[in-house]
Amino acid sequence: MPLLEIQNLHATVGDKEILKGINLVIKPGQVHAIMGPNGSGKSTLSYILAGRDGYDVTKGEVLFDGKDLLSMPADERACAGLFLGFQYPVEIPGVATMTFLKTALNAVRAYRGDDPLDAMQFLNYVRERAMVLNVTDDMLRRALNVGFSGGEKKRNEILQMAVLEPRLAVLDETDSGLDIDALKIVAEGVNAMRTPERGMLVITHYQRLLNYIEPDHVHVLAQGRILQSGGKELALELEKNGYGDITGAEAA
Amino acid sequence: MSRNVTKLLPFVDEVQVSRPDDAPWTSALRQEGFNRYRESGLPTPRTEAWKYTNLRRLAGMNFAPNEAAPEGVAIPEDHLVKIDGFRAVVINGRFQANLSDLSGLPRGLRVEGLANMLRKSPALLEPLLGRIAIRDNRPLTALNAAHLDDGLCVFVEKGVVLDKPIHIVSIGAPCGDEAASFHPRLLVSLGAGSVATIVESHVGKGAYFSNGVAEFVVGADAVLNHYKVQEESDEAYHLADTTLRLEDRSTYDGFTFQSGGVLARNEIYACLDGENVDCRVNAAYLGAGKQHIDNTVFIDHVKPGSRSREVCKGVLDDQSRAVFQGKILVRKDAQKTDGFQLNKALLLSRGAEIDSKPELEIYADDVKCSHGATVGELDADALFYLRSRGIDTVAARNLLISAFVAEAVAEIQSETVRDAVSDMVQVKLEMRHEGRVNER
Repeated sequence: MPLLEIQNLHATVGDKEILKGINLVIKPGQVHAIMGPNGSGKSTLSYILAGRDGYDVTKGEVLFDGKDLLSMPADERACAGLFLGFQYPVEIPGVATMTFLKTALNAVRAYRGDDPLDAMQFLNYVRERAMVLNVTDDMLRRALNVGFSGGEKKRNEILQMAVLEPRLAVLDETDSGLDIDALKIVAEGVNAMRTPERGMLVITHYQRLLNYIEPDHVHVLAQGRILQSGGKELALELEKNGYGDITGAEAA
Repeated sequence: MSRNVTKLLPFVDEVQVSRPDDAPWTSALRQEGFNRYRESGLPTPRTEAWKYTNLRRLAGMNFAPNEAAPEGVAIPEDHLVKIDGFRAVVINGRFQANLSDLSGLPRGLRVEGLANMLRKSPALLEPLLGRIAIRDNRPLTALNAAHLDDGLCVFVEKGVVLDKPIHIVSIGAPCGDEAASFHPRLLVSLGAGSVATIVESHVGKGAYFSNGVAEFVVGADAVLNHYKVQEESDEAYHLADTTLRLEDRSTYDGFTFQSGGVLARNEIYACLDGENVDCRVNAAYLGAGKQHIDNTVFIDHVKPGSRSREVCKGVLDDQSRAVFQGKILVRKDAQKTDGFQLNKALLLSRGAEIDSKPELEIYADDVKCSHGATVGELDADALFYLRSRGIDTVAARNLLISAFVAEAVAEIQSETVRDAVSDMVQVKLEMRHEGRVNER
């Protein structure tokens, strides 16, 4: 069974139609990349998958593990194994990163029927994963994302993914705002999570990230539709020729 | 005052101004209180200071005549601030020696019931009792004085450093089927260079009206930590007037947490009557249902070089309402004053309301004073972010609410009390949620 199946998805924000019939199937173990120009609907797609308010799905459906994803509230989607890595992680003053991680992990564990981790187990569990991503104890002690640099925020997103161990990770412009060193750390963190069971949907504007996270499939999203799909070589073509060829060809 | 305005004069039918064992000044104090109260009546919204807090419903209630404290009242341990310390229990304004734990009081510390002390050592009280609380335009303070009877006294001699807090547990309970009314008094005097921590837990059951007056003198170089938790019953009226006289180089760290009562007003007048005083008057509150919670603070900078800080943060749900009135007065001689005031409210429901009135009145020319006030609602982006990590809506909201309140709670200088209050906020939020679920 596919992990994710998006069928003819149409969505509007207010009166404006943003997604105009998206079809996409992700199987366990696959990494798909969605590329596209600004305003093509990439972030809208990721938010709709994660269950953010403010979008109206007017047609189509999304199956996650065979279940109707769109009828599930946002927190249940996360518990069921869907993870969204935010393009702009939210700063939350007063909520310590560790408290947040513990609350989230134990919520997800409870959904799976696992006992909560005690303080010591949890600390070891997080530290092990934090080390790989170069997330310091100091960052873990601070309020969630408050005063974090762009790179720290993105590393913190990947840490959350590593802690929650989702079945499908949607990474929205995880490369934006990263220098090359930070990008490598983030990509290594993501690659360490590639398993035959887990799927990934990497959303990006630039091909650069895909040098480090190699996708199995690449899709071009523009004007609310997937206009072209191919292997990883499609990303290189786009890098060379830009999006103009594809979007223009469609218009002609 | 125009003739056609009816004065509200409840609570004084039974007043006994002079009593058999009185020292002359005690009767005089009651008489003065009685006269002043009769002059003004219960405050109404026509008075500026009471514009947003209406006592009409209180005035219309029936109360039992002033009697002895009801028997067999249990101490609701779960609702008290969880700290180890000496414990003084007051039920309906009357000190209860048998329920208190004042064993092993160190030398230089005296904690006693006021009625007892009025009988035994009135001379010690005469220069302080009723001399600190302001007398003008305080009808409820006057009403309290008219009923002067019992309460608690704390005397810390100069140079004495207390390592254990004094926990005042004030319990309200109805008299049989009738609501109770009481007018307790707290008098605290810290000698020069002494250090003390006083925690007040106000709790209760059923309907009652608590009209407390507290007077604090903090001597030169003394340090007082004073933390009050108002968790009265949901039918209770809690009106409290606290006056502080802070002398040279003294430090006052005050914090009030309010989440109880149907109507509560905590009024603080801090007189920075010395140079280089450090005064912190912080507060947090959680309102729900139809609760009305008022924090009124007046900080009076009299002499040069003092600092005052006031952070008040509250969360209002349902149709609850809060009032914040914060005034900083910097008198002509109070040069180099540093005053800071911040008031933030979080509204969780369309029906909730906050009335916020910050005021700065400055007569000195070399001062630093600032104030800020904000009103907001829960951040939808933050809520979604938490939910996208598997945290359900209720838990996510509670996380954000406690984070909001935490900024004020963090002002508490005593770590043990800070942790205890922080836990109470958490418990309260969870209880309120469970209450809602059960109602459905």
